[in-house]
Amino acid sequence: MTSRPLDGLETRAGLGDLLDHAGRAWAGEVCLIESDRERETERLTYAEVRRRALALAGGLEAAGFAPGERAAVLASNQSKWHVSAFAVFLRGGVLVPLDFLATPAEQLALLEHARPAVLFVEAHLWRALAATDGFQSQSRRRVLVLGAPPGEELPAAPAVTVSRWEDCRDERFDAPPRRRRPDDLASIVYSSGTGGRPKGCQLTHGNYLAQLGSLVELHPLAPGHRYLSILPTNHAIDFMVGFIGPYACGAAVVHLRTLRPEWVRDALRRYRVTHVSLVPAHLAGLEGVVRRRIEDLPAARRALFRGLEALTVLLSRGRPRPRIARRLLRPVHRGLGGRLEAVFVGGAPCDPSTLRFFHRLGIPVANGYGLTEACTAVTLDRLDPPRPETVGRPLPGVELRIVEPDRDGVGEVAVRGATVMRGYLDEPALTAEALVDGWLMTGDLGRLDDGHLELRGRRKNMIVTAGGKNVYPEDVEIALEGIGTIEHCVFAAHFLWPSRGADERLVLVARPAEDGDEDILLAALTETNRRLPPHQRLAGVLPWTTAFPRTASMKLRRAALAEEIRRRRPDPAAVVGLDRPAHRAPTTDC
Amino acid sequence: MTDPSFLAQVLALAAARFPIPRAELAPDDDIFERLGIDSLQALELLSRLEERFGVEIPDFELRSVRNFHDLARLIEVRR
Repeated sequence: MTSRPLDGLETRAGLGDLLDHAGRAWAGEVCLIESDRERETERLTYAEVRRRALALAGGLEAAGFAPGERAAVLASNQSKWHVSAFAVFLRGGVLVPLDFLATPAEQLALLEHARPAVLFVEAHLWRALAATDGFQSQSRRRVLVLGAPPGEELPAAPAVTVSRWEDCRDERFDAPPRRRRPDDLASIVYSSGTGGRPKGCQLTHGNYLAQLGSLVELHPLAPGHRYLSILPTNHAIDFMVGFIGPYACGAAVVHLRTLRPEWVRDALRRYRVTHVSLVPAHLAGLEGVVRRRIEDLPAARRALFRGLEALTVLLSRGRPRPRIARRLLRPVHRGLGGRLEAVFVGGAPCDPSTLRFFHRLGIPVANGYGLTEACTAVTLDRLDPPRPETVGRPLPGVELRIVEPDRDGVGEVAVRGATVMRGYLDEPALTAEALVDGWLMTGDLGRLDDGHLELRGRRKNMIVTAGGKNVYPEDVEIALEGIGTIEHCVFAAHFLWPSRGADERLVLVARPAEDGDEDILLAALTETNRRLPPHQRLAGVLPWTTAFPRTASMKLRRAALAEEIRRRRPDPAAVVGLDRPAHRAPTTDC
Repeated sequence: MTDPSFLAQVLALAAARFPIPRAELAPDDDIFERLGIDSLQALELLSRLEERFGVEIPDFELRSVRNFHDLARLIEVRR
């Protein structure tokens, strides 16, 4: 027995009520699957997830957890994450999802900022916290440790009560979910941000239900659909699509204990995954794998494949149609599980050529744009037809405005709608900067083209050249995709070395591919550089060997990278000039 | 203390995977810095080591790994 996804969504009295409804409406449907390599370790129906969340909610009530109190989750993606979060919502609490990939010191700092009454924490993360300065002096809270073996002594601190998560339950508990009003706080989600201090976005039950309504309208998932949850659930994208979303439509979520590429591909096939969210870095990796698979076909089959690819594009009439493509392009689709209906991409700028590559193969990769401050998604490419150079159109119910556009129509993107947060926790000044007359100022630059949003990078990253032209480093970085680097990043020289008299010319910081030859890279760069508009041309390259610092969603942390560069390469002379003598490099004369 | 011959096998495997002369790798080297790899590539290296030595290591254990000693120890305690 199933019900339509949208049945009553608008009447749900908060997220606890959503789970309660889902647990009854889709009682026998698979809700959560957990897999560790080739072993499936757990498979829970909707009724079982509701039952477990209720038992934990009973345990929380017995421990004195009251409605409106905060509870933090610090764990990798797994069914206990869902159960913990829903237990909090059933009790009317406020959920604080924390980044399990952050360092223990960062996690302790966030805990002290959010001051939750309860912390759910995975055993190995708790042990790592215990070995960190400040652990002993953390504020009063109850800690429930996930996955600790019975009898194992758990690290403790003076103000903290520690016990096993598995022991905190009351199987008889069956109280109805605490009703929440739309403007009641549901969560405090720390925006990973790309610089500055982390900001706790306060989101309401109304924010989430509004976002759910518009996402389900665009992608009506249903029982039988399988979503592979790879991005951290604490991050806005998976929080929405991999955690709350399924409970509005009865789809199942697959969690993996290991995210190594070979096991992710295995899971796509084994669980016949229909939907997945990725960040652009994952998508680029997947493109490499698929390209190699096509290149490895014997010449005759490869030629046949190319012919079938052209036929697929023709038959698909302007948009990726997986049903057609699966029949014609079997080798590729089988490798991706054979049942993918949508791949959502967001979190960072995505190379349009990568998107086009997948669209030609009939794989509907929908690029989107969003912010934790607006629940998650603000725009999404509807693929009707695809607009890979944009991030798509606003979701239903979301208004977009370009503030103070320049001659090219580029200005700051502002967002208004029912999904916009209430403000940052304990940061009235930051909140006043971000929320102006009901509009969320995103700090992102963009322009609207026929209702589609074209992003141009972060406002604070924009570089103004000596000739008065605006350069968006993100644009140049995307134009340089495929030149043989593992990763690269564009800076103005004077941003990297402000005290060394460097000018505003552009420097590329590049990690050559592991088997790459630096001379070949330089030749490729020089060639590509010539084709760029003059104001986007690079003056030089700074070769780099270690991985760039990134946020949990793989977004580049520019300020942290610049800091590292100043520390390890304090002299601009390390920059290798490109295309000399036509373009003078910011070398020793800087 | 890690068995030196075992440590040598780990270093050899890492050197072969990320083309870098074996002689340039020392047990105390920072793995990420020395091989110039990110965490995803490090997980790939972990997969190769698992295959070679017939062990299974959870992804999160990589968080505590800095140098080749740490890496070898992870495998050694599971053999």
